[in-house]
Formats: sequence, structure tokens, C-alpha cells
Amino acid sequence: MKILAWVVKRDLLLAMRRKSDVLTTLFFFVIMASLFPLGVGPEPQLLKQMGPGVVWVAALLASMLSLGRLFSADYADGTLEQMLLCPESLALIVLAKAAVHWITAELPLVAFAPLLGLQFGLSEQALWVLIASLLIGTPVLSLVGSIGASLTLGLRGGGVLVSLLVLPLYIPTLIFGAGAVDASTSGLGAQGHLSILGALLVLSLLATPKAAAAALRISLE
Amino acid sequence: MFEASRLECVRGDSRLFSDVGFLLEPGGLLHVKGPNGSGKSSLLRMLCGLILPESGEIKWNNVNIRHSEDYNQSLTYLGHLNGIKDELSGIENLRINCGLAGFDISEEQAYDALERMGLEGREHLPVSVLSQGQRRRVMLARLLVARTPLWILDEPIVALDTDAIGMIRSLFELHLDEGGMLILTTHQEMEIAAKTIQEVRLNS
Amino acid sequence: MSKVNLYKFSAPATFYGLAGQMIPGFAILSAILFAAGLYISFFVAPTDAQQGEAYRIIFIHVPAAWMSMFIYVVMAVYSGIGLAFNTRLSAMMAQALAPTGALFCFIALFTGSFWGKPMWGAWWVWDARLTSQLILFFLYIGFISLQAAIEDPKRADRAGALIALVGVINVPIIYFSVKWWNTLHQGASISFSKAPTMAHTMLAGMLVMAVACWTYTIAIALYRVRLIILERERHTTWASEILGGAK
Repeated sequence: MKILAWVVKRDLLLAMRRKSDVLTTLFFFVIMASLFPLGVGPEPQLLKQMGPGVVWVAALLASMLSLGRLFSADYADGTLEQMLLCPESLALIVLAKAAVHWITAELPLVAFAPLLGLQFGLSEQALWVLIASLLIGTPVLSLVGSIGASLTLGLRGGGVLVSLLVLPLYIPTLIFGAGAVDASTSGLGAQGHLSILGALLVLSLLATPKAAAAALRISLE
Repeated sequence: MFEASRLECVRGDSRLFSDVGFLLEPGGLLHVKGPNGSGKSSLLRMLCGLILPESGEIKWNNVNIRHSEDYNQSLTYLGHLNGIKDELSGIENLRINCGLAGFDISEEQAYDALERMGLEGREHLPVSVLSQGQRRRVMLARLLVARTPLWILDEPIVALDTDAIGMIRSLFELHLDEGGMLILTTHQEMEIAAKTIQEVRLNS
Repeated sequence: MSKVNLYKFSAPATFYGLAGQMIPGFAILSAILFAAGLYISFFVAPTDAQQGEAYRIIFIHVPAAWMSMFIYVVMAVYSGIGLAFNTRLSAMMAQALAPTGALFCFIALFTGSFWGKPMWGAWWVWDARLTSQLILFFLYIGFISLQAAIEDPKRADRAGALIALVGVINVPIIYFSVKWWNTLHQGASISFSKAPTMAHTMLAGMLVMAVACWTYTIAIALYRVRLIILERERHTTWASEILGGAK
């Protein structure tokens, strides 16, 4: 357990020293979402309908772009090798790193999402559901993404490749995340969607760290 | 006791080496030699368990390292990458690296180790401002506090000056004298006194 | 040492010969079945009362869709075996199957859109099946590009196997979520299950075509796996003898 505490402490400390990384992801998210009204026109009804989906897609892409930070710096300077050799289970280390990735790359997005929601004219209730769906759904993105990030370590064009591998796997999260907000605005209630998101989160908590750990071993061999 | 038998390594299309074996007892030194590209680093990484051997077996206290409970706790591996972060200070790097390896050291211990490595007064500078040799020393400082019996070191003294090399040599000798085991590769000649000295020579 | 190597390489080496003997049989069978299947599809099967002649595209569309899903599962099984037992041949089989799976996936999408135009008046509808098929296509592309990006064959095999397994676990989840999404957005859903009962000849045509696709897949995968074996083993004596003889 102590080792995991060190992993978390270290990754947080590094994120503090590289604040610009956190900010770049955040601004990408904001810019990305702001482009849509410019593309489709300012019609309020249309924007209201598109809002949840756009915010979710933007969060998906922002989180995917930040996946490179998860392992690649540690891979390049040899720390990852040390982590493979440490006495703690690698799957738990992956879990700890994914948790920090979520805190530093995705939690800021969740905090900014209501602002974007307002740009799209979402109601207060819809904003709350949007926050809830992002809070439950974005950890899934970090976890599933960790598999793609570890498989593509050190490959040419790894960034594009990771999107090919990971984006199809993000689809269920997108559907239920954006769907939750839609369902709540159309009066169906968001519980169903949110519970399925929760189930996806539990499933990925159980399965992805092991898969990513196996992938890391493959990539470092 | 650390034992390897009939190791074979295939990377991509080429067979780097085959039929490599040795038996290392406490206090023993194993020098891995060979020209560039002969697979020295691959052999060391294989001994750590990072690479699966194509065939052959590696045993720690008579248990295959794949199944050994305590192998990772007994091993300190330092590769040719430093494993330190530019953004962090020497102290932070050392304490974190030790923490990741499973043993916590206090700030005083870290100070002491860095001082003995000749980094006095630079402990709190971000590593990015240090020279290559100084970074190497930050990494090697871990050996001063590590209590692991088996050290596997890939080119540990590269970029070090003669003072530091002398210091590292006496550190190795102390480790071996206390019953530790040491496996290393170096391009520079390095005379180390040890109970038993073995050599594995790889040819490309 | 040479004994150990001989034993190790014998599996792909013997399989190379075995596959070579099997290919002609499956290839001829597949050609006959395709001819028979196409004959039934175009000349024997009756014109559909509602859909006219355009429906005949299902004789390609449906078997292709079946095959694309089936091949992905087979790939995942091979991948699982390869990871669990470290058998190189199964990884090669997975690699050999992937392009054919992607091809069938593409055919299913392509013919689906051709079928859709006269049926639904649009080239593409976001129907649950069509959308899942598209995502399956993405999964194939991911597998193929990952393997292509890795130069070390051992890493490529194992990384590809892992992503195939992750994919096959996700396929049901994706299918379920797309279906859910589709029922929520009723707009474009078309029910297949309410289609009029199929004439016997139609069913027969479809089955013959499906078996033809099967045999084609086996033949082409074996052909491809032979090439992969040869490429991987080109440094061994038996492979270089074959390569030398071919020149």
C-alpha cells in the first residue's frame, strides 16, 4: 500500500510541476466545445439538443489526447521499468496512475462542463445530470484508455494509433453519458443511464488494470 | 543464490545469445562483457524478469523468478536510463525511487546519501539543471540506502568522473563483502575485489 | 541447442506443409459453392413481393455480416490461446484472419447501404445493426493498425492478441449500448424481425453463400498464414530452402 501512496504522491507532484499540461487539456476541451455552435449555427433549440453530446464528445477527445501523459514519460526515462520491478502488483500501480490521470486530466473538465453547458443553453437540472454523468463516466475513460496507452508505448505515431484503439471502446460510455442528460431533459429520468454508467465503471475497475498491466509487460519486453 | 541456465534471447529476427548460464553465490561478482549490440542489456533485463527468455530458466533461491514471492524485494536494478524526473529535486527523486522500490527513507537519510555522492548543496535543485554525471549520481545514491542482496547494474559508471568511480567501487566492495551479489556491465575497466569473480562473455 | 530449435520451429514448419495441402481443396469447394449460391440467388430464388429484385443483395450482405462477427470471435479465441500457451502459430492465425474479417465487415456495410437506398431511401441510417457493424469495422482496423505499427513480431503478436481480447469482451457491451441508444432515438429504426417469412429457396441460397464464404475464409487465411510463417522463419534452413527454390 505504501508503494501505491508513493505512486499517487509522485504523479500528483509531477502534475503540479507541469501545470501547463493540465491547462492545455482543459483549454482543448473548452475550444473544442465552443467550435460546434460556430459550425452549426446559433439556433438555441438545436444547440440545446446537441449540448450534452457535444460536451461529452469533447471530454472524450480531451481525455484521449491526455492519455499520452499516463505512461510515456515514465517509459522514456526508465521509471516504468522500475515500477514493473517493484514488489507491488502492477495492476494496482496502473490503477493508482489511472486515478491520478483522472484527477489531473478529467476532473478539471468536469468542473468546467457546466460552463459549456450554459453556452448550449442547458437547464439547471440538465447541468446537474451532466456533472453526475461526467463524474461517473470519465473514470471509465481513464481506465479503458490506460490499455490503449500501454499498448502503444514507444510506437511511431502512437498518438493517432491510441485513438484508433480507444475511441471505439469509449462508445458505450458516450452513449450512456450523453444519454443520461437527454433522458432527463425529455422527462424520462436519468437514473437508468447513470446506473448503467456505474456498472461500466465497476466493470472497468475490475478488468482494465489487469489488462493494462499485461499490456505494459508486453510493451516493455 | 542466483542461478541462470541455458538462457536464450531472440530479439526480432536475430538470436542475440544462447546457452548462457551461471551460478552466483553470496559475495559473488558477475561481469557481463561483450561488444555493443551483443545483448548485454537484454541479458540483464532478462535476469530482472523484464524479458521472457526464449528458453532456459532463472532461479532465485531455487525458485524460478516468475513464481518467486520475494525476488522483486531482493533486487535492485539500475538500467542505462536514469529513472529520474527532471522536474523533481535530487531529494525528491531519491525518496520517490526508494518508495517505489518498497522501502521508505527519511529526508535526512536522503540528504546523507546525496552528500556522500558528492551532491552537497544541490539536493534541492531540480535535476534538470544538473549535469549528466550528477544525474547519474542521483540515481546511484539509491545503492547507498538499498538493503537488497542482489544488484543488477547496466553501465553504472558511465558519465562519472574518477572520484565518483572510486567511491562507487568501494561501495560495490562493501556490498560484496557483506554477502551481496553484483551483476554488472561496464565498458571502462574496473577492478573490484570480490570473493568470487565470474565473467560472461557475449559475442555478436 | 539445435535439437531444441528444431523442436520449436517444427510446429510452424509442419503446418506450412499441411496448410499447403489443404488450400486447393477449400479453394475449389469455395468456388463451386459461390457459383451454386449465386445461381440460386439470382435465378432460382423468387422475386420478393415487397422488395422486388433489390432484396437479392442480402445473399451477399447477410453471410458477410455473419462472417465478420464470427471471424472476430475466432480471432479472439486464437489470441487467447496464443497468450495463454505462448503458441506462435495461433497468433499468426489471428493475424491472417484479420484482413478477411475486415473485408467481410466492409462488404456488409457497403451492401447494407446499397440495400438501404431503395428500401429506406437513404444510403445510411443509424440503425443499431448497421452502427454496430461499423464499430466492429473500427475494431478490426484498430487490431490491424496496431500489429502493423509494431516491428518486433513477438510484441506485435501479443499486443494484437490483447487488443483482440479486449475487443471481443467489449463487442456485446457495445452492441447492447447501441441498441439502447437506438430504441431511445426512435427515428430511424427498421425492424428486420417483421420481414415476411422467407421462401425456402431464399434460405437455401443464403446458407450456400454462407458456406462458400466459410470455405473462402479458410482457404485465404491458410494462404496468408503460409506467407506469414515463411516471412517469420526466413532465417531457418527449411524456409530459406523454399524461398531459394521459388526463385
